[in-house]
Amino acid sequence: MTNVADAAPVPGQIEPPARPSIRGMLAQTEIDLRLFGMVLALGVILVVFHIASGGKLIQPNNMITLAVQAAGIAIIATGMVLIIVSRNIDLSVGSVVGLVAMSYALLMTDWFPDILGLGPDTPFLWALALALGIGIGAAIGAIQGFIIAYIGVPSFIVTLGGLLTIRGLVWYQSQGAAVNGLDPTFLLIGGGAQGSVGEVLTWALAVAGCLAIFAIIANGRRQRRRYGFPVRPVWAEIALIVVGCGAVLGIAWFANNNFWPQGLANRVAVEQGWGPAPEGGWRIPTGFPLPIVLLIGVTLVMTWMATRRRFGRFVYAYGGNPDAAELAGINTRLTILKTYVLMGILCALAAAIVSARLNGSTLDIGQSYELYVIAAAVVGGTSFAGGIGTIPGAVLGAFVMQSLAYGLSFIGVNSPGQNVVAGLVLIVAVGLDTINRRRGS
Amino acid sequence: MAIAERTPLVEMRNIDVAFGGVHAVRDVTIDLNAGEVVGLVGGNGAGKSTLMRVLSGAHPADAGEIRVDGEVVVIKNPRDAKVFNIETIYQTLALADNIDAPGNLFLGRELLTRWGTLDESSMEDATRKIMGRLNPNFKNFATPVVSLSGGQRQAVAIARAVHFNARIMIMDEPTAALGPAETNQVRNLIRQLKDEGIGIFLISHDIHDVFDLSDRISVMYHGQIVDTVQKGDVTPDDVLGMIILGKKPGEVTEKELAQLELRA
Repeated sequence: MTNVADAAPVPGQIEPPARPSIRGMLAQTEIDLRLFGMVLALGVILVVFHIASGGKLIQPNNMITLAVQAAGIAIIATGMVLIIVSRNIDLSVGSVVGLVAMSYALLMTDWFPDILGLGPDTPFLWALALALGIGIGAAIGAIQGFIIAYIGVPSFIVTLGGLLTIRGLVWYQSQGAAVNGLDPTFLLIGGGAQGSVGEVLTWALAVAGCLAIFAIIANGRRQRRRYGFPVRPVWAEIALIVVGCGAVLGIAWFANNNFWPQGLANRVAVEQGWGPAPEGGWRIPTGFPLPIVLLIGVTLVMTWMATRRRFGRFVYAYGGNPDAAELAGINTRLTILKTYVLMGILCALAAAIVSARLNGSTLDIGQSYELYVIAAAVVGGTSFAGGIGTIPGAVLGAFVMQSLAYGLSFIGVNSPGQNVVAGLVLIVAVGLDTINRRRGS
Repeated sequence: MAIAERTPLVEMRNIDVAFGGVHAVRDVTIDLNAGEVVGLVGGNGAGKSTLMRVLSGAHPADAGEIRVDGEVVVIKNPRDAKVFNIETIYQTLALADNIDAPGNLFLGRELLTRWGTLDESSMEDATRKIMGRLNPNFKNFATPVVSLSGGQRQAVAIARAVHFNARIMIMDEPTAALGPAETNQVRNLIRQLKDEGIGIFLISHDIHDVFDLSDRISVMYHGQIVDTVQKGDVTPDDVLGMIILGKKPGEVTEKELAQLELRA
């Protein structure tokens, strides 16, 4: 008979390989099982709607539309992770998106030409608008963060007030009017055929991604070797590299199978003097749209901040045990304030994508974003108990939420119906987290 | 005339702390030498923990002064205390449950690479070294500390203090949450630290802990110091009497003693 003591590995000896099971092999790759499960769930959702729509959903142009729609939510969700991890909430994100989107529109249509005398031909107008918008977002975040961290008003109340107040301010910005006509360069941030990086750059990004995966895994192994820490088995390292690179290259190939619309291609061909269209029309791959490139950048930077910077460590420590963080000498108030400033900046980036897609702004841009963003974070594994949650998880969560909404609209469910499903998914996700936690303690 | 006694490592003089109208600590004076363990005992609400929270910077004093090596110092927050190498092991185990042992050991004082990012490898390496000294059986360097046993968590907390060259250590009920074997481990650790010249304030309910480890014992009662005694001069019963009655052994009346016997 064996008992637990017999089964325990002797120090210094290599553990005998466990019976090969899928679960055991997954464990050896040290993949986050929750993330893995979410990728599966995402796949299942897409396949179900693909079948329900009679095999029409999974096509490059649909997937790119879906991804661009998810990008704004996903960018904000990366910030919501840090806010929820540090035991706060931000209900004002939708209104901040609305205010900043309206600011972009007004800056480019009225304020630049009328107040600053900058005509439409001024170079880098788009960058100036973006910088000012990011500044506005950061300032709103700083004000809310200050009230929460230094005055001690509960974040739920501060940002609920913010939700109403800021949305009201959007009306005063434009006296209730919708505003149209942005800088043509700024419009590229919204994606579309011209706002995509094209075939070559898409492949270049994919190859860079593969090299990065290889470098991260190799470097991690070298580091652990140097200090004599245990390392993953070689087959697991190779499997991770192969699967990771395969996914990256596959997505790039998929994006490069999306082509410019014929009308647009013909028009640009005339403008640029490309000559007559080849037989069967122009086939110009769009590759990755800019919102997706922006999302990838934001995800990398936010993950880096959350896991490799002291700021991220402080956020997680505070979420895990606020007293311990305080006693360890961490400036917890400044840390909380920073999470809200970061959130404001991310809202401004998302606002750039939405207003560019609309070529302007309306009064209700960003409405009910808070629901989708919080749902994305929670579906992605962020716990309301604090201290737990990952940035990539939230990005995947945003894609899950957007796939549901997009899939439902694709099979003809109207927007109220999509809201019903999104609301239920949010409750179920938090419910599962609560049950999970209760069972864990 | 030359000063015969050496300067104490820490002196807290005439410390007062009030919560609203309640005096939690009243005019308390206490000191600690290097390589010495001073046991701080008293009933619930006697003010032991509050007094130590003043020294660790977790709560400001309303009056009084603190001297380290004879110099008056100002300790307003935990960061100030760490500047004077005052480290605290809290009763409630001040660890972030969701973070691993190296992360907790370096919490608030993370090692950074030259890129300004967290140097996880160096932190894990340092943690492995110090745990090898304090608790060689410790193996869980990559899991969140929530999954560790009470003794292992206490070892992480103590390792944190030791790694940052604590000269003055405050231990608030360090064995309260531990089993017998783990308690022994922590006791040995305290002796080891004392031999290395660290001064330790030991708060404990366990009179055996106190008699086993302390050189001197300070008894608190209703926010005041009843007396500070050399361990050899008193019996555990004397100390118990001071804790319960708030009077020095000589001052206790026959009647009170009888009541005490009755209660015991």
